[in-house]
Amino acid sequence: MSTAPANADARVVVIGAGHASATLAGLLRQAGHRGEIVVIGDERDHPYHRPPLSKKFADGDLEQWIRPADFYREQDVTMRLGERATSVDPIARRVRVDSGEEMAYDALVLATGARPRPLPVPGADLDGVGALRTLGDARELRTWLDEGRRLVIVGGGYIGLEVAAVARSRGVGATVLEREERLLARVASRELSAIMAERHAAAGTTIRTGAQVVGLEGSSGRVRQVTLADGSALDCDAVLVGVGAIPNDGLAAEAGVDCDGGVLVDEGARTSVDGVLAIGDVTVRPVPGLDGRRRLESIPSATEQARQAVATIHGAEDPTPEVPWFWSDQFDLKLKIAGIVRPDHDVVLRGDPVTGKFALFHLADGVPVAVESANASPEFMAGKKWIGACVRVDPTRLADPNRSPRDAVVS
Amino acid sequence: MPEITYVVPDGTSHVVDVPVGQSVMDGSVRNNLPGIVAECGGSCSCATCHVHVDEQFAASFGEITDEERDLLEYAEDVCDRSRLSCQLVVTAGCDGARVTVPDSNG
Repeated sequence: MSTAPANADARVVVIGAGHASATLAGLLRQAGHRGEIVVIGDERDHPYHRPPLSKKFADGDLEQWIRPADFYREQDVTMRLGERATSVDPIARRVRVDSGEEMAYDALVLATGARPRPLPVPGADLDGVGALRTLGDARELRTWLDEGRRLVIVGGGYIGLEVAAVARSRGVGATVLEREERLLARVASRELSAIMAERHAAAGTTIRTGAQVVGLEGSSGRVRQVTLADGSALDCDAVLVGVGAIPNDGLAAEAGVDCDGGVLVDEGARTSVDGVLAIGDVTVRPVPGLDGRRRLESIPSATEQARQAVATIHGAEDPTPEVPWFWSDQFDLKLKIAGIVRPDHDVVLRGDPVTGKFALFHLADGVPVAVESANASPEFMAGKKWIGACVRVDPTRLADPNRSPRDAVVS
Repeated sequence: MPEITYVVPDGTSHVVDVPVGQSVMDGSVRNNLPGIVAECGGSCSCATCHVHVDEQFAASFGEITDEERDLLEYAEDVCDRSRLSCQLVVTAGCDGARVTVPDSNG
């Protein structure tokens, strides 16, 4: 870097030490940032990849560090791990940590992430009941699979289904209890939900939709049974709760930062308060093609916002907004989703779900706005590109697997 | 340790020692070079670690898989030397290889 960016000597304090923060710290140095970078994280581990926690917790690939520990030292990034930020004074531009120490900042980046939504029923504190967010959680889940034979999963979202897939591949009995009428109700189309339900059922997972958990019973402090609203009960050895996440926006709200189900940010990761930015799962952010703002719990969103924050800190233009995307691995299916699925789209199926290789294109007036794909990278990559470029496609040609997706482009 | 040269989007070259068994992506990420984003962490899911491998070293790396080819098909700035650097595992025979990182990895 021949010339330093604006504010290259600013002292940047980052609260939270996950994917967004690790990315931000590296990108700041890449961009020629010379000022101090301090990352405060309440977990003792260096930032790690969270996707393997639900996908690979049963094998040796669980611990994947985003950067090796030496990286932060070499990049002159101060990692204050095992510390918790307790308050922010945005006027004096100071952060206080749990030891009582205060530190000054020129730019503060909130990357506090989210925490698992608890199951609000009696017995949720029994041993053998847990959520999945941290490496510690994943290690505990692994011991359950080693010891138990019957796992009940509350919540038929991506985390729950990924865990169910791993459990079944290890011969552990898995039951998924979903409150809504279908799996992945919040995030996937009706069509993809149906395909995934079939796939999980074929693997021997019991799926119960419209199932409301009302209580957990245990013996000797350990969970043994799940009770449902219809009066039925399920025996179990462990319960994994995957019913969504709550943004950790308390610190921001107390500091006077506007929040509404998360920290509100713009296309430059700016919050309502001068000098305070926010990135990652804690944010409620603009999404291209959608009105209003929403929370996107995904790594591509976190890394995009890290790039936005670097631009804002250095006084550069906001980067071009990117098409949101997500991935999930279940069994031999590599699911990749781009765009945001809404119920009013036309759906075009390309490929055959039975073969495990297919894509569901969601069109609004002939223009792709979302694509849900399994083992279909060309379709995913093409769809993501089309969504960003607002390309019109021919649904009949798109559905024909004997023609290249390129042939479907009309204008 | 094999030396890999990375030509990054601003045109500068960086020579990095990459341990045998690690990927070309690992070498870039480890040294905080710009251009290789590696969003998915190297699981061949995202195509944000796309590089062009210098022709004379193309054969030093393992064959391209169908999955990698599929991801590259619609990536930006693709050419016949395109690879995903997370899939380029470094061996002793890769010493001196040069890769160019396009300015389109996100």
